[in-house]
Amino acid sequence: MAQTKRELLVDPLFDNNPITLQVLGVCSALAVTSSLKVAFVMSLAVIFVTSFSSMFISILRNQIPSSIRIIVQMVIIASLVILVDQILKAYAFEISKTLSVFVGLIITNCIVMGRAEAFAMSNPPVASFLDGIGNGLGYGVILMIVGVIRELFGSGSLFGITILETVNNGGWYVPNGMLLLPPSAFFIIGLLIWGFRTLKPEHVEARDFKIQTVEEH
Amino acid sequence: MEALISLAVKAVFVENLALSFFLGMCTFIAVSKKISTALGLGISVMVVQAITVPTNNLLLSYLLKPGALAWAGFPDVDLTFLGLISYIGVIAAMVQILEMILDKYFPPLYNALGIFLPLITVNCAILGGSLFMVERDYNFAEATTYGLSSGFGWALAITAMAGVREKLKYSDVPAGLQGLGITFITAGLMALAFMSFSGVKL
Repeated sequence: MAQTKRELLVDPLFDNNPITLQVLGVCSALAVTSSLKVAFVMSLAVIFVTSFSSMFISILRNQIPSSIRIIVQMVIIASLVILVDQILKAYAFEISKTLSVFVGLIITNCIVMGRAEAFAMSNPPVASFLDGIGNGLGYGVILMIVGVIRELFGSGSLFGITILETVNNGGWYVPNGMLLLPPSAFFIIGLLIWGFRTLKPEHVEARDFKIQTVEEH
Repeated sequence: MEALISLAVKAVFVENLALSFFLGMCTFIAVSKKISTALGLGISVMVVQAITVPTNNLLLSYLLKPGALAWAGFPDVDLTFLGLISYIGVIAAMVQILEMILDKYFPPLYNALGIFLPLITVNCAILGGSLFMVERDYNFAEATTYGLSSGFGWALAITAMAGVREKLKYSDVPAGLQGLGITFITAGLMALAFMSFSGVKL
């Protein structure tokens, strides 16, 4: 095996993060991060679905004819998502209301499909399971970072517990309301990508056009 | 009729699938480098959205809803938990059928849109449209309007984005922000602009 088990788990966290480097699964990463609690539940759901779908697909990988593999993968993923959806509705109804359609959209989350197609179809079940957890965690890390920034500075609290006392409640902190609105998620992810790529310059994309330097006389 | 027009305006501008719900972001970022390809993909999404949302609406009201199977003699059956898997099935099947029809009867259109159609099955905007239709309990007319207009909104957003990016490639962007990073920031600015529509009411 080319990668050790530890690498399978840790690699997708920073070195090969699915969101910032491979641009997978950004759809839901942006939408559910306005409060940390919701982001946390969403990360757990994605970790669960990615790891188990990778494992099941890997178990079945020698039985699936390649012409219908997308449909088979879809069915496995959709069944797991239905499971998550039903569990959330039963035990965490409030959160499942806030997540609304985004639980269902885990089905079309590119991370899940991407890992199934790129890793699970050609690797044994245990490795695929770990790879699934690793990528789910990589997704979760970004979600939590964005969630912390948005909730802490947008409403002065973390997990609903007040950290920065807001002006409305007699404190000193004036919350930045823009962070609760959709556009801020784009900015935060864009800046995160900038940060990640500055730390790891090998991921910087090449320019389409080179800017010519003008010599001064 | 007025309600439908107001629904359409809302779906195109105020609740734009790409810019205020972040749906279809993967393709939105990946395929917005050139206006012509972005327009092609946008139109395909609009067509598929306009077909699948009403189809899923029919599926919901005649097969899945509690009591929907009364016509078959099972008034107590509630199949809503099968929703997700049926919607994605319908979407995959519809895209496949559309691809075959286009291939047989409209070859030029097929050649133009062909490469995008398989991509659309896993586009969150399509499944998202159907799920919003379910959540907001639209009837058939509303579902048709919503499908068409939300698809149009998505197409509008990706075409505008491609226009911005075509100009952007000549600018001197910091190295780490090159490509993906600046695209996100641009999308954020566009989302901010689209938010100004939120006061519009008909």
